Amino acid sequence: MSISPFILAASAILIFLSIPLLVPLFLRHQRLLINISSLIAAIASLLAITAGVWTVWKGSTESYIMPLGLPDLPFHLRLDPLSGFFFTVIGLLGFSVSIYSIGYVKGFLSRRPVNRLIIFYNLFMAGMFMVIIADDAFFFLISWEIMAAASYFLVMFEDEKAENRKGAFIYILVAHVGAIAILLSFGVMASLATGFENFGGYTFDAMRQTEFPIKWATVAFLLAFLGFSAKAGVFPLHAWLPEAHPVAPSNVSALMSGVMLKTAIYGIVRVTFDIIKDFPWWWGVIVLIFGLLSAVMGVLYALMQHDLKRLLAYHSVENIGIILIGIGLAMTFTSFHLPVLAALAITAGLYHTLNHAMFKGLLFMGAGAVLHATRVRNMEEMGGLIHKMPWTAALFLIGCISISALPPFNGFVSEWLTFQAFLLSPSLPSPILKLIFPLAAALLALTAALAATCFVKAFGITFLGQWRGHHTHVHEASPSMRVGMILTAVSCLFLGVFPTMVISWMDIIPEKLVGGSLTTTAGQFGWLWLTPISHSRASYSAPLVFLIILAVVLLIYIFLHTRKTAIHRGPLWDCGFEKIDTRMQYTGTSFAMPIRRILGFIFLIKETVRIEASTGTPGHNTFPRSIHYRLRVRDRMWGWIYNPVADASFWIARKTGKLQQGRIQAYLVYSFVTIIILLVLL
Amino acid sequence: MNVFSPLFVMCLQFIAVLFAAPAFAGWVRMVKCWFQGRKSAGLFQPYRDIFKLLNKDVVLAENASWIFRFTPFLVFGTTVLAGVIIPILSIDLPLSATADAIALVALFTIARFFTALAGLDIGTAFGGMGSSREKTVASMSEPAMLMAIFTVSLVSQSTSISHMVNVIAHGEFVLRPSLAFALLAFILIALAETGRIPVDNPATHLELTMIHEAMILEYSGRHLALIEWAGMMKLFLFTTLGIALFFPWGIAAAGDITFLPVAILLLLIKLFFAGIGLVLIEIGLAKMRLFRIQEFLGSAFLFATLGLLSYFMLE
Repeated sequence: MSISPFILAASAILIFLSIPLLVPLFLRHQRLLINISSLIAAIASLLAITAGVWTVWKGSTESYIMPLGLPDLPFHLRLDPLSGFFFTVIGLLGFSVSIYSIGYVKGFLSRRPVNRLIIFYNLFMAGMFMVIIADDAFFFLISWEIMAAASYFLVMFEDEKAENRKGAFIYILVAHVGAIAILLSFGVMASLATGFENFGGYTFDAMRQTEFPIKWATVAFLLAFLGFSAKAGVFPLHAWLPEAHPVAPSNVSALMSGVMLKTAIYGIVRVTFDIIKDFPWWWGVIVLIFGLLSAVMGVLYALMQHDLKRLLAYHSVENIGIILIGIGLAMTFTSFHLPVLAALAITAGLYHTLNHAMFKGLLFMGAGAVLHATRVRNMEEMGGLIHKMPWTAALFLIGCISISALPPFNGFVSEWLTFQAFLLSPSLPSPILKLIFPLAAALLALTAALAATCFVKAFGITFLGQWRGHHTHVHEASPSMRVGMILTAVSCLFLGVFPTMVISWMDIIPEKLVGGSLTTTAGQFGWLWLTPISHSRASYSAPLVFLIILAVVLLIYIFLHTRKTAIHRGPLWDCGFEKIDTRMQYTGTSFAMPIRRILGFIFLIKETVRIEASTGTPGHNTFPRSIHYRLRVRDRMWGWIYNPVADASFWIARKTGKLQQGRIQAYLVYSFVTIIILLVLL
Repeated sequence: MNVFSPLFVMCLQFIAVLFAAPAFAGWVRMVKCWFQGRKSAGLFQPYRDIFKLLNKDVVLAENASWIFRFTPFLVFGTTVLAGVIIPILSIDLPLSATADAIALVALFTIARFFTALAGLDIGTAFGGMGSSREKTVASMSEPAMLMAIFTVSLVSQSTSISHMVNVIAHGEFVLRPSLAFALLAFILIALAETGRIPVDNPATHLELTMIHEAMILEYSGRHLALIEWAGMMKLFLFTTLGIALFFPWGIAAAGDITFLPVAILLLLIKLFFAGIGLVLIEIGLAKMRLFRIQEFLGSAFLFATLGLLSYFMLE
């Protein structure tokens, strides 16, 4: 059997599935276990990357039927360019995170055995790849559940902490609400494909060949969108994200945020563009609106956080929103039969998927290194880490620049493409859409600007200034952790500087999905210029931006250092007050205060100041002994959606619970009534 | 000659941005002095300031990291790059395709991002305050700025600045209400972006109201020189960008090198009036409270949106 991408992909999955078998062999050699399992996981990720890159490059589609599963319901697998792209995304981050894990997981050794982490980490990876490769509803849902269950146990890893248990519970709850919606959606489509007499409709192939009536297609789409949104953390179903991501081990948070959310994006793209194919324009607008909501609300809530990982989790909500904006635009353009514009929009969305995997992975790994070193998550207790952890600081900064959409790094490229897609909306035939889309673009601009603000805060408060913490033994990340972060940082730069190469590689995907491609326009001016649509329309040359800035900076540096002007180090200028201490620095809370004041109505803010009067002079607060400031910013969605739903379900449970009498006579009556009803009905 | 002419124009423009920017800043200060009944220090005072600062020693705070030292160079670099993209003298610039209007906004954002980080780097309350306020203003001015650019780009069907200018300058002259609204929005945004009254006061030090100056309070010597110089270039570039987008007549078309002296002369005249206009705004208004700025920038956003609406409804 010759080697094909599919073989590589399948072997990657098999390797991930079999790594947990190593655990019993190395129970007493935990260090060795971590090294070996992480290295094997890295190799398996490399196989997956090769399979993905190869599939997309060849533009090939391979499908196989596995003789596994229930009788008459074998598993269908398929590797097409879209799956290949997501294989590449997951593989790339999986590779870096696996290497990072070598150093990171050892940090747990002094506290607890890591067997569970290693078992579920690999099952989780395998589950994600299986979701991507599945080609029938049955196998898809099994893989989906493996992925959800494995990640649940990973969030629960440090289960002695109450917040971990709470986060994991909310996560599994929302994940299952989503899974039910997805199951129902597949059910609707399968029944329309072959009817209820025949089970053959459960394969995606059968669904693809069916022309769905618009009414039922809409039901299926809305259910699928609800289900996948719950997994992706789309606003307002995002509440589990800031609870579950911060408490999981950081290598797992990197994977969950960087790639697990993307499987939901994959699901949305698969169901709409590949399975249903023909849809009205307002589906795209729905996706776009929820994308915009997630983007803006995600970044605003992120700004209010002072827990580093929680902040990053809210940014995942934002970035999923940006991806959905691209996909929503692509759907609208497709429904108006504008394939080239749809190709631009979907490329923007998918490119942001790849970019977000890289920079969010990098940021979570950086946050993990900081946590590992300082043992705190609250950034108000950090500061000045750039002196103690120079590597982590520089790498985290690259992540911050990328996520803030600043050229020449990668976040800018995909946001630029999204803006270009927005600006092509005047070619839409609907006047209302023409008007609304530029306003939506302004919201995206607001998101980008707020994201930059938020990462000035995140980086500035954590790494700059002076150390605010109590203990002083903060150490730099271990070499393997640094290598993991360097890999993602380099890919952030590469994806930012050479976008044309990547886009021409992945051009086959829009061609297959929406029937248009960008190569005819983007490739024509060579690798230097990114020119969607045409050269006079818009162009951006990342390599030139990068080189010119670098050259100017170097030239001035050399020019200014030819003459001798000395650099003196002096103490901080203290405005004439003496003894500036580290607590007088600006904090994250004070940094976000102007935005909190301007946009405060969005949050549920509780601010209290308690002044403790000095004992000597009763009634005088001129010289209070201490002032306590308490600020609590909460998500309004808890009060609006989650608590009412929770209360309603408890209410129903209590009412239903009354059936439970505990008396045998009552139960006999229940059975009797049931039998009568069944007899009458059937 | 024709092959070299775009390159020649670009070099000329590069030199113009570098060395005319302080003169423009000097001109604005001069006019301001006259209007306020003071005696001015002359057109060339900014040059003397920069020269003096370049020759001085640098005093760094004890815990300043590499970010603090790297920022002035980066700010200068991005501003210079922006200077060779905006069509000031001719629209035929070899590098103008490097970045379009959106990327240009992002270039200024890089400079601001790092300046804000440098403000936090020292760990004083002033620096953090400046960073926080600057980023707050920026997060409101950037969407408004992009909205104004979108409105202009609708007219030319392009976000490439050269192309936008070409369509307006060399196309058929049409009176466009959308551009009038966009111009209004652009003026408000430019005042905020370049830190002028009523949003920020460039002449202030050590007041609790300062924004930009608070971030760069700890800079000295050549670092301060670079930041000040970049600030002057930014003012110059925003003025010329406004001129290019809304009053482009006189900017030389592609391959038209003989027109260059006229272009330079017209640019000087436009800058002369732009400087007076800026001063009139600055002496006519008082500095706003920080929490009024969102209303100021909100109205800029509103004007840009109105421009957009009027494009679809009237044009």
